[in-house]
Amino acid sequence: MIGLFEVARRLRAMGLMGIGQRNAEFVLTYNQRRFYPRVDDKLITKTLALKAKLPVPELYAVVREEHEIEELHEKIKDREQFVVKPAHGSGGDGILVITGRRGDKYRRSNGSFMARDEFDHHLSNMLSGLFSLGGQPDHVLVEYCVQFDPIFENVSYKGVPDIRIISFLGYPVMAMIRLPTRMSDGKANLHQGAIGVGIDIPTGLTRRGVWGKELIKEHPDTESSIAGLQIPRWDDLLMIGAKAYELCELGYVGVDIVLDRNLGPLILELNARPGLAIQMANGNGLLNRLRKIQELERAGALSKDPAERVAFAKANFPTA
Amino acid sequence: MAPALPPGTQAHMKKTHLYLLALIIAAIGFGAFAYKWKVLKFPVLPNEQTEIWEIQARVEFEPAKGPNKVTLQIPGNPPGYAVINENFLARDYGMSIESGKGSRAVQWQIRRARGTQALYYRATVYRDQHEVIDAAEPKPPTPKTYEEPFATARAGLLDAVREKSVDSASFAGELVRRLHDANPSQEVQLLTESFNSEHDRVKLSKELLADRQIAARIVYGLELVEQDTGSTLLPFLQVWDGERKTWRTLNAIDGVEGFPENFFLWSTAQKPVLVVEGNPDADIEFTAEQSLDDALETAKERLKAKDRNLIAYSLLDLPLDAQEVYRILLLVPIGAFVMLLLRNIIGIKTFGTFMPVLIALAFNWTGVIPGIILFATIISMGLLVRFYMERLKLLLVPRLTAVLIVVVLLMALVSVVSHKLDQPVGLNVALFPMIILTMTIERVSVAWEERGAGYAISQALGSLVIASLAYLVMKEPHLQHLIFVFPELLLVLFAITLVLGRYSGYRLTELFRFRALVKDPIAESPGDKAGP
Repeated sequence: MIGLFEVARRLRAMGLMGIGQRNAEFVLTYNQRRFYPRVDDKLITKTLALKAKLPVPELYAVVREEHEIEELHEKIKDREQFVVKPAHGSGGDGILVITGRRGDKYRRSNGSFMARDEFDHHLSNMLSGLFSLGGQPDHVLVEYCVQFDPIFENVSYKGVPDIRIISFLGYPVMAMIRLPTRMSDGKANLHQGAIGVGIDIPTGLTRRGVWGKELIKEHPDTESSIAGLQIPRWDDLLMIGAKAYELCELGYVGVDIVLDRNLGPLILELNARPGLAIQMANGNGLLNRLRKIQELERAGALSKDPAERVAFAKANFPTA
Repeated sequence: MAPALPPGTQAHMKKTHLYLLALIIAAIGFGAFAYKWKVLKFPVLPNEQTEIWEIQARVEFEPAKGPNKVTLQIPGNPPGYAVINENFLARDYGMSIESGKGSRAVQWQIRRARGTQALYYRATVYRDQHEVIDAAEPKPPTPKTYEEPFATARAGLLDAVREKSVDSASFAGELVRRLHDANPSQEVQLLTESFNSEHDRVKLSKELLADRQIAARIVYGLELVEQDTGSTLLPFLQVWDGERKTWRTLNAIDGVEGFPENFFLWSTAQKPVLVVEGNPDADIEFTAEQSLDDALETAKERLKAKDRNLIAYSLLDLPLDAQEVYRILLLVPIGAFVMLLLRNIIGIKTFGTFMPVLIALAFNWTGVIPGIILFATIISMGLLVRFYMERLKLLLVPRLTAVLIVVVLLMALVSVVSHKLDQPVGLNVALFPMIILTMTIERVSVAWEERGAGYAISQALGSLVIASLAYLVMKEPHLQHLIFVFPELLLVLFAITLVLGRYSGYRLTELFRFRALVKDPIAESPGDKAGP
């Protein structure tokens, strides 16, 4: 048993960042409040991304008022598959992934069926702000349902795996892929039971993962190895992570990207307060990497070219 | 286009700025606290008692025909004590107070009086060590000339005394002793032949000292001891010590130096304590009575006597019911601070930011264990209703309203049932903040649906633990008293909060969360150490 002070000392030596430090030194310092709506409202994120020519899932419909829920069924009657999400949702709460229909019912990604009135009620909850930050009334996005890349078939339990890149002042500093499990109900959120797997920035190879507080090498449901997988189109992903900075102008941001079988990487959302579990997934602290970028900042050597920033990250941020 | 961002150096400056600000605020808070504590003597402990004396002087005399005028010397600024309250009781008398150098007197006048007259002066005093500036050097007295044989007797006595003394104080001490010796010398016998009162002897010692050009004065006071019968003032002789530039006090009867303990100096005026014009047979009697008073009350009284504004702008001047409200309100910051520590330093998660503090406030009336039982009862019954309502698919606001109505009904039900069962504590359930209960039920039920029962229950328990801890801290009587009497201490709390606002170390729960990394051998590979 290692004493708590020893734990703290070793974590410190590893450059592991705690939540207090993330908030005080990075989120509050580098993220200006006025840019928050750009990431908190997924509709704004989508619009900005399109303007910056960054790929996002196609938007099918927006529901702003209670009565528009009825009209929605008409609007999407030709779509077999789609995703319904609150514009101000956080942590993946409230997201509905519809993968098919049977008569009047919608089939969810976990295989269960959802009656129409259940579906309406869920949307009405979203509108009244049940899933939004601070309970503010919200609007609902209905968008393209990502067809995930088969490379992840063996290491995902239903749902869509996504890739999280932490981008600091436009430099992709750390990345992981989040794999849904039976426990997470097909959702890619770590606190709901998904696995986080660290990705080596220079190569795009997965290293090992974290499931809850446990470090793992195999997927708990499929028992396939989660280490050594090559993330396809890795350079494109890094470029998206780098360019997200110009899009939202937040210095410290988490970029969530999915890989579509046909369309390639698509930005799902940005997060102004990205979680810290990515450090567990990588077995590395964020702080050493962030400090390197801060050194560049002090030297006035920050690059304005996303490609240069990606090159710097690939040279400096390997995950063993 | 590269966005303009605050560079890291600015962040560093902000931190220095913050610490400086916190330091200044804390200094102001501590300064005000120290001033009230040390100078104004507000008690730092609850129910602190101060020793209070009620001293009464009763003057009795048979009035002369026509106008009567009574002059009574009264205490001015006695050393070791402070007067907080004075009363003058004299029916039909006109009254005026005369203050002179080293003297203070009340003058009562009446045009016509009949029967035995009784006049009272009452003072409330308490112990207070304060400086008494009384060092104006007196003029050396000029010796008078006396007839024989008195002149020779005086000289003989003084010469004998001088043999046994080193300075003016020991000279005076020796002189007083000889004057009161049980077997007086011939000189003393001669000089005191015609004396019949103690005061004459004291006066003689002063005059004898004047022969040797030693300035002396007679002061009066009384020992504060509780006794049934009235006492009289004791004379003390003070002689000027030219070397030390100070008055030295001697007991005018046995020559022992210094005032006795509990001695209250009544008058330093070189005049008789009581003068009734045209009526030398007036009586004066002193009584002293001790009482223990609440130190806070004494401090308030003293402050009133000193500076009305300070008390007028403090919480202590509010009506009592408003004071009670503030006693509670001032605890909320304490509770919030405890929560801040538990959330940001320890890392416990709760439902809602201030929910635990408000629950803790309600515990104030119910106590912890009954409070937790009541809280758990309402929440779990509310949850049952809420889970049922989930099936009804209500919209958010109507649903919250419905839960609120149910919560109020449940509270009423719990009160009625516990009253029937003779459990009066159940009546206090009405003090739980119902909006908070409603929101808690809603949040628990959503968390239950979204994240599972375990998560919801653990967070609800976390909230209860924080509420109980906040309550225990808020309940601390010393802390309650301190914050109410010294609300400026909240500034100190404010400063600490500001500093904690930039706390960026690990939270305790994070150490457990990331613990696996420390044990992991892969993590220690120095992958990040590679240079650019």
